Amino acid sequence: MRGRGKAKETLQACLKNGDFMVGFAILLSVFLVAIFAEQIAPYGYTEQLVGGKFSPPSSEFWFGTDELGRDVFSRVVAGTRITLWVAFIGATLELLLGVTVGLICGYFGKWIDRIFSFLTDLTWCIPGTILALAVVTLLGKGLTNSVIAISLVSWASYARPVRAKTMSLKNMAFVETGTAFGESSFSLMFRYILPNVVPSLIVMVSMSLPATILSTTTLSFLGLGSQAPSPDWGLALSIGITYIVNAPWLSIFPGIALVYTVLGFNLLGEGLRDILDPHMKSQ
Amino acid sequence: MKETLLSLKHLSIDYKIKGGYLSAVNDVNLDICPGEIFAVVGESGCGKSTVAHSIMRLLSGGNAKIEGKILFDGRTLMDCSEKEMESVRGKEIGMIFQNPLDSLNPVYTVGNQVGEAIMLDKVEKQEAMRRAIELFQNVKMPDAKERAGSFPHELSGGMRQRVMIAMMLSRNPRLLIADEPTTALDVTIEAQILEIIKELKEQSNTAILMITHNFGLVAEAADKIAVMYAGEVVESGDVFEIFERPMHPYTTLLMKALPRKTKREGRLETIEGSVPRILDKKPGCRFANRCPYAAELCRNRTPGETMVSETHRCRCFLVSGEHPSKWKEA
Amino acid sequence: MKGYLIKRVLQGILLIVAVSILVFSLLYMMPGNPVDMIVDRKVSVEKKAELAHEMGYDLPLPEQYMRWVKGIVVDHNFGNSTRYKVPVVDLLKDRIPRSLMLCGWSLLIEMLIALPIGLLCAIKKNSLFDRFTVVFTLILTAMPAFWLGALLILTFSVGLKILPISGFKGPEYLILPVFALVSASIAGTIRLTKAEVLEVLNEKYVTTATAKGLPKRTVMVKHVLRNALIIVTVQVFMSVPWLISGAVVIEKIFDIPGMGGLLLNSIIVQDFPVVQAVLLIVAALTVVCNLISDLVIGILDPRIRISMGGGDK
Repeated sequence: MRGRGKAKETLQACLKNGDFMVGFAILLSVFLVAIFAEQIAPYGYTEQLVGGKFSPPSSEFWFGTDELGRDVFSRVVAGTRITLWVAFIGATLELLLGVTVGLICGYFGKWIDRIFSFLTDLTWCIPGTILALAVVTLLGKGLTNSVIAISLVSWASYARPVRAKTMSLKNMAFVETGTAFGESSFSLMFRYILPNVVPSLIVMVSMSLPATILSTTTLSFLGLGSQAPSPDWGLALSIGITYIVNAPWLSIFPGIALVYTVLGFNLLGEGLRDILDPHMKSQ
Repeated sequence: MKETLLSLKHLSIDYKIKGGYLSAVNDVNLDICPGEIFAVVGESGCGKSTVAHSIMRLLSGGNAKIEGKILFDGRTLMDCSEKEMESVRGKEIGMIFQNPLDSLNPVYTVGNQVGEAIMLDKVEKQEAMRRAIELFQNVKMPDAKERAGSFPHELSGGMRQRVMIAMMLSRNPRLLIADEPTTALDVTIEAQILEIIKELKEQSNTAILMITHNFGLVAEAADKIAVMYAGEVVESGDVFEIFERPMHPYTTLLMKALPRKTKREGRLETIEGSVPRILDKKPGCRFANRCPYAAELCRNRTPGETMVSETHRCRCFLVSGEHPSKWKEA
Repeated sequence: MKGYLIKRVLQGILLIVAVSILVFSLLYMMPGNPVDMIVDRKVSVEKKAELAHEMGYDLPLPEQYMRWVKGIVVDHNFGNSTRYKVPVVDLLKDRIPRSLMLCGWSLLIEMLIALPIGLLCAIKKNSLFDRFTVVFTLILTAMPAFWLGALLILTFSVGLKILPISGFKGPEYLILPVFALVSASIAGTIRLTKAEVLEVLNEKYVTTATAKGLPKRTVMVKHVLRNALIIVTVQVFMSVPWLISGAVVIEKIFDIPGMGGLLLNSIIVQDFPVVQAVLLIVAALTVVCNLISDLVIGILDPRIRISMGGGDK
């Protein structure tokens, strides 16, 4: 019963939080567009010469057409799926890596922890985007590979707080009780400690998702992520910039879509942080 | 009668909090004369620090609502512009704080921080440093000259408080507000600091408003006291009169909680409960829920101030004679 | 302080060595043989073996690594670019200054804009200006650098026609790239400055400074800003590598022949000696920036300066 009361309280706090509600509304609209992409888009995103090359925005082609005569609006709509997919895969990978490593380091400490600290120091030696570029070189181009590269580069930001929290929880009474009852290390980590880290994890995920999306889009923009004819917004922008003098709409609309989505994630993240983890605010 | 230097008239301060106001100070009246040590005593959270900060207009942000009057040398401080206040702070009224480590800027030497105050009176930098060292000597800082070049964290607690005092005396204010000046210090240092404060009063006729929760300190130094409880002054007046004949039940209990010099008196008494947070001002005595003599009347009506003598006031129905039971000497 | 610094320098060197091992092994993590990447597919097996011997690829790996490191340290020789067929150093010689110029100007301008704004937002919290800045920085953080660049080109080059679109032929070519880079990273600096100033404003020594009668401006500059700057400065130095990775994108948009663009092209065509060299240089730069920030914090904050001094007694 207590759990339900708390959930209700959190829900009410969510409803009252302006940032959260605006972010939620933005993301809801993005989700709906992604789900009903086929119904919304008037053309297929690979369909060429639907209305001539480089037609400016008009009542028929809201966002104009591109260099192959494809409908930009349809391509932006199709791109929502890619962005949400990136967010989903990125969050899952980073969580899996970060939480596992953080739990193990925090729980066992000693030399495992030392190695981890050295590895994170090492990843900090090379800025994220550049490191991701190097990883993509090894894995090869492509959207999935670039998401993996970004996750490999940024999991440490999850591992650190999880590790710190695990270290402090490890010595608390309820975990020690578990040890006394002969629970295995695995069960202690995942059944006793992990649930206590969940609220801060939710906050961390929502705060780092925008960065993951932006980094992946950047890789696509640089030509290492999604490849043609994908409707990826980053790819669309990298092509659009070549034609920026004569067909600026190619750069403007995918960009607006991207900023809109990232803004939604940002607002949701800040809202969640205020609701679930008020102490973090001062930092 | 001496002329009053600082006078608080019906001072009330409310903090704006989520969904209402928190009454931190309610209807406080105080008069302080030059050359007098006035102590405000009370448990933590009773509003004594708020009073001290409000005089200097140091209450942060716009969420404190202040009513009543603060008169300093005949001027209403609350009506002063921020510019005028700057000339009052430090020059007319100095203030020292509870924790001298937090209260000194870690990145400047203590000499610099004192000199900075002196230079406000259009004094050359070198002259200011010379005077700062002199002030350090006055507050009995060992190796004053070298210490002036030290950073706050290199000094002990007692030395830091000496720096604070030197800083606040540097411009010869007529009133010194000391907010728990010795709380963070150990007993021997406390005595030394107290000695400096007393000397100050005698030599330069400075008025001192001392905020403390330590009744022992009051007994030793103060001329007049005001006992505060939950934002109200429950008893005030001449220190000897109040120590002789405490009238308010809260004062009586506070004195019983005072450690005696002889060990035979047995264990220290404590007062049950804690200071309530007053969210809405409704009638009734604020001490009623902890008072051993509380009657129906105390919960329904707010007691006014009764003059016990020319120099002794008390806010209690027992004293005003309205209480059903007779006042017993405690 | 000296002992502390020596320790930090040693740590930095250790990190660079570790990075160099990783960067070196990059070549061997790739499928295939390093020689295959250099030569044509038609070259015979014997010819390849000969080449491998000539270039030392048949030596044991540790020995190859030592040769590689020795080449860099002693002869400043990062090898030859497999694409341009010239020494990597020659490629970098012109490009590094361009990238550093871009980053340096961006850093300077970012500070000049972000610090006053952050300070003002903290002092006048919840004012119209503060609220506007909060919304503005929120939107700015949602904008990728490349889109900002595109918008700037659209406004100033295509629309107003006052600045060149791309290339690098004179100082005016640097204006848009610098502003794009500044816009991409300024939001974080404004927020950090504001948060730090707000924290310092709550410190008791600020109350003391006011209580002794200092004018508000002196309190703000001497006591608040000075203390808030300690953390902000450190963050700024730490953000230099971040600027460099932002520069990769900006250099591509504005077609600036800098280090970022070189890295990107080399990755795409798998020109490994160049990739290795750039990664190493960036890592070294990061380590140096961290060292500088340690040094700066020591100078700005006497608490740390003295605890450092205490360390080597």
